Amino acid sequence: MSLEGKIAVVTGGSRGIGRAIALRLARDGAKVYINYVSRADAANAVVKEICDAGGSAGAVQFDVAQSDAVQKAFDGIIAEAGTIDILVNNAGITRDGLLARMKEEDWDAVLSTNLKGVFLCSRAGGKIMMKKRTGRIVNISSVVGVTGNAGQVNYAAAKAGLIGFSKSMAQEYASRGITVNCVAPGFIETEMTAKLKKDVQDAILKSIPLKVLGQSEDVAAAVRFLVSDDARYITGHTLHVNGGMYM
Amino acid sequence: MAIEQKMIDIIAEQLSVDKEKVVSGASFTDDLGADSLDLVELIMAMEEGFDIEIPDEDAESITTVQNAIDYVKKLK
Repeated sequence: MSLEGKIAVVTGGSRGIGRAIALRLARDGAKVYINYVSRADAANAVVKEICDAGGSAGAVQFDVAQSDAVQKAFDGIIAEAGTIDILVNNAGITRDGLLARMKEEDWDAVLSTNLKGVFLCSRAGGKIMMKKRTGRIVNISSVVGVTGNAGQVNYAAAKAGLIGFSKSMAQEYASRGITVNCVAPGFIETEMTAKLKKDVQDAILKSIPLKVLGQSEDVAAAVRFLVSDDARYITGHTLHVNGGMYM
Repeated sequence: MAIEQKMIDIIAEQLSVDKEKVVSGASFTDDLGADSLDLVELIMAMEEGFDIEIPDEDAESITTVQNAIDYVKKLK
């Protein structure tokens, strides 16, 4: 049940949930390529943490929304590692605001990174997986993609879009032995949620039957399952990791 | 001749069929068992193998082994 010998790419892997996913896949034996766009220090810290623990990892800088950069980065990884077995599309940004006041660039930025980025990376990663007749793609969606959330029309639209994207790609690539699934986290304790005020946090906790915020490791464990051989018969699925917030 | 042989190699490998079956009149879908995704992969393999770009509208017209050979010959 190890990921020994597998090559994984985790986009947005330098911080938060992506970091936890990278650490978990590496701990279980995969060589992990950690994509980042601006925080080289954070990405290198994750690489160091993995290597110090006896694992194997590398940091790759590119913007997931830039077609040429994505293709170049994937070509580079394949040239170095020989293949890609696992792709985790985790990179995401927020530009929250009420719809009435939302700027067009805030909409475009979130849709570009969170949705178009997944399209570009999946197309690039899917190509080598298609040739090998095997592969695992996991897209990190969100509970708000299913429930909606005031102040996040752009983010919720992109995260809902990922679910439709994944189901469609799952159908197209199934005959090639490639599974495509989503993990939809609820409220996870990260830098992002740490910024919320105490009363907002309390209100969130009230909506979670399990009464605690999730940890990045909870999401990483779900991803770990979906990329494993145990999950070989699961595709087009969205796995909710939200403490019962949405069922 | 070089283009013919290389094309046959690419098609045989991509569609996992014996080279003897890759005759000039063979249709990818009817004779060689290709599905729509196979066709996309095949076009991509041709682009890579011959270092060419095949636009979608041209790709649609490449349905047999001979079509493919003629198409590449025209470009080379």
